[in-house]
Amino acid sequence: MGKLARKVAMVGAGMCKFGRNFPEKRNPDMWIDAWLDAVDKTDNGIEPKDIDACYVGNYSSDLFNHQGHLGPQMANLVGLTPKPAARFEGACASSGIALRQAVLAIASGVHDVVAVAGVECMTEQPTVNVTDVLATASDSLFEYPAGATFPGLYGTLASAHFKKYGTTAEDLMRVGIKNHENGAENPYAQMQQSIKDLMDSKRAKYEKQGRDIPEWEDEFDFLKSSSNPIIAYPLRLFDCSLITDGAACIFLTAEDVARDFTDEPIWIAGTGQGSAALSLHDRDSLTSFIATREASKQAYEMAGIKPRDVQIAEVHDCFTIAEILAMEDLGFYEKGKAVDAIKEGESKLDGALPINTSGGLKSKGHPVGATGAAQAVEIFKQMRGIAERNRQVKFDVETALTHNLGGSGGTCVVTVYQK
Amino acid sequence: MSENEKSFTIESYLEYIRNKKLMGSRCKECGATYVPVRKLCTECNTANMEWVEMSGKGKLAAFTSITVGTPYFVEKGYDRKNPYCFSVIELEEGPMVSGQLVGVNESEPDTIKIGTPLKATFLETDIKGETKVDLGFEPL
Ligand SMILES: [Zn+2]
Repeated sequence: MGKLARKVAMVGAGMCKFGRNFPEKRNPDMWIDAWLDAVDKTDNGIEPKDIDACYVGNYSSDLFNHQGHLGPQMANLVGLTPKPAARFEGACASSGIALRQAVLAIASGVHDVVAVAGVECMTEQPTVNVTDVLATASDSLFEYPAGATFPGLYGTLASAHFKKYGTTAEDLMRVGIKNHENGAENPYAQMQQSIKDLMDSKRAKYEKQGRDIPEWEDEFDFLKSSSNPIIAYPLRLFDCSLITDGAACIFLTAEDVARDFTDEPIWIAGTGQGSAALSLHDRDSLTSFIATREASKQAYEMAGIKPRDVQIAEVHDCFTIAEILAMEDLGFYEKGKAVDAIKEGESKLDGALPINTSGGLKSKGHPVGATGAAQAVEIFKQMRGIAERNRQVKFDVETALTHNLGGSGGTCVVTVYQK
Repeated sequence: MSENEKSFTIESYLEYIRNKKLMGSRCKECGATYVPVRKLCTECNTANMEWVEMSGKGKLAAFTSITVGTPYFVEKGYDRKNPYCFSVIELEEGPMVSGQLVGVNESEPDTIKIGTPLKATFLETDIKGETKVDLGFEPL
């Protein structure tokens, strides 16, 4: 497997506030916000004249916003016309792919500096349409007529994991509780509330309405109650990520010019990408993603590291079960053992291997095509020691990883970052 | 048209489903079986297939009970109070397929067990004067 022909650095990264931003903010508005945030976080500044190309990750502006051809549109908004600009699509891994393609273009010598965008505006559509647009990332021919929804596909994978490894609904809930705790510390997150905060606000609402105040013993009691209905057994509402509008921006440069922009470049030490059949029924396993195993193998080899060398990771928790699958398929834990580590608190902010310090897709939000780039933004902040509020990890991060999954595991991009 | 003249396309496979037959393709070179049908064998990279009918028997590999369904299933009458099961079935011939799981208690999904022996059933739905046929499975 290959090495990059020359080193590539991340010199700046930023994002807009994630949330239900439409109609106050649409893709062009959110992208400009993300761009300005990334320029602000580039130590020596960066200008359009420094940039050679714009790579845009977006899943489905066609169906969400009746707008295709985002590459030149996004480039123009930040003064990059007439430089090359293109959109990359791989469902929820779209901007992970854009980032990887930018790395490869810089390593090849064609470009020295690339701006990577991730943009998605989902709430222009009502929820039922959003669900239907997302379903086009699964197999339309055979899974869809059998009733598959996205939560349904992950519920199906969860049922197989429960059966094979004895994983339980409580194990899933621990992932959600942890990610909401982290998201509460992220001012860019859509849902800046822990599950306990949510319980308090529900109680307050019931009191105000003069209704009986629910007596939940703890978070698990709340998460097993009718306040957290089943969406696709065994997944409940709080096992699912959010419907989100958002944008993120990453500046990547060749080694030769990185220090024009910062004294502290973060190196893209490894990049890998894998694929799999769209349909679950055509896969080798219902409890593991082959695309994740492949992408991570490539990324580890390129970086010359082992899974145990990773100190923090942003993984693709589109559903709580997906975070567990990622922890196993990335090689952090043996199959079936991630839940024990979660129970011990290892993936918490103060644990041995903090995962999704940003709040993850679960709490930060999941504007599908922007997610991969937004994961890199969190890694940038953690490695620079500039994560907001109380979510900066307490040790110096030398090696970090992002895991960006498309659809129900048809695409995966894994990136390893080093100082 | 006789079976062996039928092209190995999605439409041929769906036409069999509409006629309530679960058919696959078997590679004449290496014996690999594909359901849904494929023309190209990705085990041995040849395109030398024959149609084979599946017994329709298999076992439940994984499933979910869905309360917030697709527009198609909402049109079929499913909702939060009346959920449906999406499932992956391992056929006795080896391949896995997707199908709706019926004849189970969808509202009590804890009672549904992975590994349960199943058989194929063809589910008819009348939508706007047209009868649709979808592959489903039910306990043996
Ligand atoms: Zn063959």
